[in-house]
Amino acid sequence: MNLLEIKNLKMDFGKDADALRAVDGVSLTIGAGETVCLVGESGCGKTVTALSIARLVPTPPANYVGGEILLNGQDTLKMSSRELQQIRGGVVSYVFQDPGASLNPVFRIGNQIKESLKLHKPEKANDAEVIRLLKLVGIPAPESRIRNYPFEMSGGMQQRVMIAIALASEPKLLVADEPTTALDVTIQAQILDLLSELKQRLGMAILLITHNLGIVGDMADRVAVMYAGQIVELSPARELLRRPLHPYTRALMNSVPKLRGDADRLSAIPGNVPRIGNFPPGCRFAPRCPIAKPECSKKIPELLEVEPGRFVRCPFWK
Amino acid sequence: METAAPISAAEAKAPLSPWQLFWQRLKRRRIAMAGGVILIFLYAVAIFGGFVAPYRYDRIDNNSFFHPPIWPRVQGFHLVVPRYEPGNGTFAYRLVLNDTKPLHFFVRGGKYELFGFIPTSVHLFGTGDDNYPVFLFGADQFGRDVFSRLLYGSQISLSIGVIGISISFVLGMIIGGISGYFAGLTDTLIMRLCELVMSIPALYLIISLRNTFPPGMSSAQIYAMIIVILSFIGWASMARVIRGMALSLREQQFILAARAAGATPIRVIVRHILPNTFSYVIVAATLSVPYYILGEVVLSFLGVGIQEPSASWGNMLTAAQNTDYLQHYPWLLAPGAAIFVTVLAFNFLGDGLRDAADTKSL
Amino acid sequence: MEDDRGVAIFDPQSSIFVGKLSPRPVFFATFPKVVAMLQYIFKRLLHMIPLLLGVSLLTFLLMAMSPGNYFTSLQQNPQISPDTIARLKAQFHLDRPWYVQYVFWLKNVASGNFGYSMAYKISATSLIVARLWNTFLLSFFALLIAWGIAIPFGIWAAVKKDSWVDHACSFVAFVGLSVPDVLLSLLALWFAAASGWFPVGGAESPLHDFMSPSQQFWDRAHHLILPAVVLAASDLAGIMRRMRSCLLDTLRAEYVTAARARGLGEGWVVWKHALRNAINPLLTIFGYSLAALLSGAFIVENIMAWPGLGRLTMEAFFAKDSYLVVDCVVMATALLVIGNFIADILLAWSDPRIRLK
Repeated sequence: MNLLEIKNLKMDFGKDADALRAVDGVSLTIGAGETVCLVGESGCGKTVTALSIARLVPTPPANYVGGEILLNGQDTLKMSSRELQQIRGGVVSYVFQDPGASLNPVFRIGNQIKESLKLHKPEKANDAEVIRLLKLVGIPAPESRIRNYPFEMSGGMQQRVMIAIALASEPKLLVADEPTTALDVTIQAQILDLLSELKQRLGMAILLITHNLGIVGDMADRVAVMYAGQIVELSPARELLRRPLHPYTRALMNSVPKLRGDADRLSAIPGNVPRIGNFPPGCRFAPRCPIAKPECSKKIPELLEVEPGRFVRCPFWK
Repeated sequence: METAAPISAAEAKAPLSPWQLFWQRLKRRRIAMAGGVILIFLYAVAIFGGFVAPYRYDRIDNNSFFHPPIWPRVQGFHLVVPRYEPGNGTFAYRLVLNDTKPLHFFVRGGKYELFGFIPTSVHLFGTGDDNYPVFLFGADQFGRDVFSRLLYGSQISLSIGVIGISISFVLGMIIGGISGYFAGLTDTLIMRLCELVMSIPALYLIISLRNTFPPGMSSAQIYAMIIVILSFIGWASMARVIRGMALSLREQQFILAARAAGATPIRVIVRHILPNTFSYVIVAATLSVPYYILGEVVLSFLGVGIQEPSASWGNMLTAAQNTDYLQHYPWLLAPGAAIFVTVLAFNFLGDGLRDAADTKSL
Repeated sequence: MEDDRGVAIFDPQSSIFVGKLSPRPVFFATFPKVVAMLQYIFKRLLHMIPLLLGVSLLTFLLMAMSPGNYFTSLQQNPQISPDTIARLKAQFHLDRPWYVQYVFWLKNVASGNFGYSMAYKISATSLIVARLWNTFLLSFFALLIAWGIAIPFGIWAAVKKDSWVDHACSFVAFVGLSVPDVLLSLLALWFAAASGWFPVGGAESPLHDFMSPSQQFWDRAHHLILPAVVLAASDLAGIMRRMRSCLLDTLRAEYVTAARARGLGEGWVVWKHALRNAINPLLTIFGYSLAALLSGAFIVENIMAWPGLGRLTMEAFFAKDSYLVVDCVVMATALLVIGNFIADILLAWSDPRIRLK
């Protein structure tokens, strides 16, 4: 049994006539200790999908209309709030994009880490454990840092603290939503190294959300590419980077500026990502696809396994 | 599955301008539109005050002190007005049965000046007979029609609100814009001054200012004085907010671009910074008009604003301070109700404007 | 380097011991919050004093610009004895230009002499102090009533967003905000007269002086209730709306989602994480709340005959007692400024970002 199995998840914002589908039939599995990257541009639904794992999307505006999310065999969409509280932190932990906004500004970071400990590992809710965790994430002089407020630390440090809080409860799955986007490039590298190291040491599975293909190359075992609420390609990382199959993935790879070779123009993908509620009929990438054919706009293509372990949502992937 | 062809560029809608977007969002808010409609109605009625009112504000009817409200009734296809005669006790009235007079529209009545300068004597409704008065909201202690005085009073109270707000907001925007744009010493000095003015509780400052003016002034002078006083209170808080906005706006790239193109500071402030504050200013203005109206009401109520026999909603309420009167003649509170409706309408509209301008909400 | 009497100071650059300090710095070193607070308080005090001076100057100037002369109106008033007039002239230099008068006024006020009340024919100081106390009482109880009702209901409305509770609270708040104080005071007087449950205005019954101390206490309380409720009413609406919107904003913040993601129960998330941050903007309103109450008290006092500072101001105005008007305005401003000061201190205590700036 896999650690996480998202099966055909469908989620709307709004109800009935005003419903806008944000996640349209997403299926994804993550095994224990595996690192899966979820790649896509802003607005494609990757964050909402990830938040849904622990049902963190507030359900007045959001509406789950189909599918299930099996975490260790149990469907989180049907869990009671008590059960949810236990899995949040206990089984799955989150690290968010903007560490400055994710830490409560009026509490000291030591207390915030201890809070996580008190909830899931109360026997270890003491300063010694907090210091150990801070050391684990590579914060120098942790004894004095315990009493700091978040705004007294740099972005990179704050993100390490977030990771420490996430790890405090010893989760099986760490969901990191663009953990390095808000940081400088050099700090990015450090945080990613930290995540790799932790993954090896603790045997944690990681769901890493990013729009940066470079990170994918570094960290991922498998990659899922999302576009307009759907997964368009799913494959082991190395194969995807060597030989992308879906036109969107290929275009993404092409648009990364190269330092070598002749580069006269940057190649961008023409057009704009369709906004939620304004999806084109048929294949959602068709309006911008270089190899689009008329039949592409008639019917949404299925996600098919075209090679062992590789799934593409495009009949013309060859 | 869908089978329609993809939307061509020509069929796709052109994006709306910010103002159009704003208007669309505003239209969806029923309560705000209701407030707006009420206000339009109130101001329209105020402009045509002399015409809508059956009587002049100072017309005394010696037979009708504290007369209760007289409403026309439906008789067949006509509206008729009943008559009352003095009953038991002081200022008590008794309905006389079967003694009515038809209500006419566009009747000739007392002389007045429409819009303040067109002499005429045509009124919207009336009986044309002084023995059959039409006191929609009753009469006050001098036998004057409360409804008429309410209308004449609305002319003063409503206009003071709008004029006062306009002056103090324009002042506030200019001063705030200058202060925020130039920063440094100018900013510090101006902000200290603002803080000074804002530190004094509003009504105390109003009384201080009122004290500076001589006691005996003509109606027109009092009107202007009230506007001056209210403007003096209001500019400071607006200036502060605009200054904050200007301070952050001046760091933006388009300001740098304007200056690089050779714009003078005045031009930068007026053409670039201030227009970016409009969405806030409009909302703040709408929500502040009630305070200005209330400022005038309080001044007149306390006897230091609009004086008798002129009518303003404030000085009409002084009679209501007497609890004996209130218990027996509750229609004296009509100006209070009018103020309440006006303030409510402004708040509805202001809230709706604020929600419409805040693009992060639905 | 330490010894048992405190911290020795070693200057690394000059390599000499510069001296020894008493244990106090050790205390400060381990309680930086206290130090930061004291520094902050000092800064704010330094700010307050020129402000009050400026206000007094402005008010005095406004008085000086008014037509008619305070001095001549004193002299023409047959009810004031020539001795009193001579004393006032000597203390306040009423025959000199306004800026000279201002200086002496300032000196007198600083030593507690507010002059003389023409209407009451007693020293203004005792009059002002008594009225000030009444205004403070009224505002304080209105504050308690307003905040005591608004905060719980605001929280309830935010947590149960879009439920009937929320809509009912919004409605009440909206209406409450729109009813002018003038109207509410008149309605309250009407209610008092019609029902007979409350006295119609005033702070004491006519027979107050003949009552026993406990009876006097209840008599005052009885008179205080209606004006305090009227005064609290409009403020209550604003605070409730603000609490609701602040809490809603905080509940949308990322650190709240992060807290939920850690497995905190919803109640705990609201109470510990959201409320602590949501309350900060409300602390700023607390000071402004006092301001609104002081200004609003003016109307309530005058209509419901509560003998406070606002009523005194109008009495002084009608008696053409300009000096007393100035005194009242300055005192009211001082109350307001001090209220804001206290609110600033509270805010600095609760939000570490403010005091460390």
